Amino acid sequence: MPITKSDVLPLRTEHDIVQARQHVRKLTQEAGFGLVDQTKMVTAASELARNAVTYGGGGTVRWEVLTEGVRRGVRLHFIDEGPGIADLQQALTDGWTSGTGMGLGLSGAKRLVNEFEIESAPGRGTRVTVTRWK
Amino acid sequence: MDRIPILRMGEFLLVTIQVDMHDQLALTLQDDLTSSIQRTGAKGVLIDISALEMVDSFIGRMIANISSMSRILDARTVVVGMRPAVAITLVELGLSLAGVDTALDVERGMRRLRDSLEDAGVARADHEE
Amino acid sequence: MSTAAEIVVNTIQNDSRGLLQEWLAELKAQGTGADHRVSESELQEQGAELVRLLAAAIGSGRDVSGESWRPVREFLETISRSRALQGFGANETATLVLSLKRPLFARIRAQANDPATLGDATWTVTEVIDRLALHTVATFQKSREEVIARQQEEMLELSTPVVKLWDGVVALPMIGTLDSARTQVVMESLLQRIVETGSEIAIIDITGVPTVDTLVAQHLLKAVTAIRLMGADCIISGIRPQIAQTIVHLGVELGGVTTKATLADALALAFKRSGLIVTRAKAV
Repeated sequence: MPITKSDVLPLRTEHDIVQARQHVRKLTQEAGFGLVDQTKMVTAASELARNAVTYGGGGTVRWEVLTEGVRRGVRLHFIDEGPGIADLQQALTDGWTSGTGMGLGLSGAKRLVNEFEIESAPGRGTRVTVTRWK
Repeated sequence: MDRIPILRMGEFLLVTIQVDMHDQLALTLQDDLTSSIQRTGAKGVLIDISALEMVDSFIGRMIANISSMSRILDARTVVVGMRPAVAITLVELGLSLAGVDTALDVERGMRRLRDSLEDAGVARADHEE
Repeated sequence: MSTAAEIVVNTIQNDSRGLLQEWLAELKAQGTGADHRVSESELQEQGAELVRLLAAAIGSGRDVSGESWRPVREFLETISRSRALQGFGANETATLVLSLKRPLFARIRAQANDPATLGDATWTVTEVIDRLALHTVATFQKSREEVIARQQEEMLELSTPVVKLWDGVVALPMIGTLDSARTQVVMESLLQRIVETGSEIAIIDITGVPTVDTLVAQHLLKAVTAIRLMGADCIISGIRPQIAQTIVHLGVELGGVTTKATLADALALAFKRSGLIVTRAKAV
């Protein structure tokens, strides 16, 4: 998948969360996403960035702008070396209306993007990759 | 900006959120509003989010909290001006903000607050008789 | 004695008027001559231009994908595209190019002095014409696909217009199946109109939606929730008895969503909520 642009942003403080989502706004705008798609990606980024900062003890987000023929996309890799998630299944199936802690952030973010991948285990940190295509 | 200003309009408090809030700012707003309601005895709170391009679960929960807490303090909260893209995203995220009262804009929001005040006044009057 | 290559160049460059006439005659014989879509003079013009471009290009060789053949390719693309829009079939458009073969073969036969040369020249012409015909058909296909895509988009927009029923009341009559992609587009435009018109009541009418399954119900619920978040109210109308049955059967929770059997009922409710009364005017 041809990556036309890529860089890394730190996720240590809550100000980094704001920076990250503002940057994702800019990326999705430049990629020509519609307003709703932009907002979904920005919101997903906010959720995942917060997870990394608040539950992951800090981490980074690597962003990529993808071009596949005429298709353009934005991919984000959120990485932290935190405690990891013990029960991934549970974390991902937090329902519609329950809204406590990290669960909603993960399952919610999953619904806002086209592709979602997660790797996490206790003591091994967490890595979440999300992609949205125009 | 380290705090979001809260304006007082008669018996109501008006908050206009125009910045991309970091988490602490949102929490500070929550605290400031509740102490304001208590201090001023305000009967209603109007939160204008028409400038917000994004509401995530943190801000969503802040709004829900403000609504619940103000109700305990005998004030009503109305959230106005949510943008279509934000509404669609919030729903997809899984937040319905069920207990939060909403209105299309500040004018209608104020009308909603005034009406509810009247109803409350009538109810009180009935009670006293 | 001419080589095969020279012969090919000759057949196209010499007496182009004659070639054009023979080609047009061949087209008529094939049944793809001038008709109500393309006039005789138009066909003459197009044919003449094509022959001219062919003559210019053939001198540089038989590779039709090369730079020197670009004018020919582009011209064929133009004709192909316009014919696709005019409603011609792929057959007819291909025949246009392919029917150049007969007149060209006839001329080659007249010039070639031995079987080998005849064979080579014929093969070269075949190759060139076939490739050009394929190119024409490919462009034709693409144009047709673009037309279909555009028609689909237009149908989508037409089938979900947001109408203002009254001050403060907008309605969205949904027609056809509600899939995820469609619901997104439709929701967006409905929400946008609500903001633009400052309408506090939105009616989504699903009379034209054939089936309501769990997924469709979810989409509707999401729309209702989004509308409420913005500060307006949503009424769902057009619930046929079968749909009501299906919803109960599926155990879908419509909790709190106002539903009405008909759009008229929904409008009546909208008036009521807006504090409006409809009265009959007194006869004068």
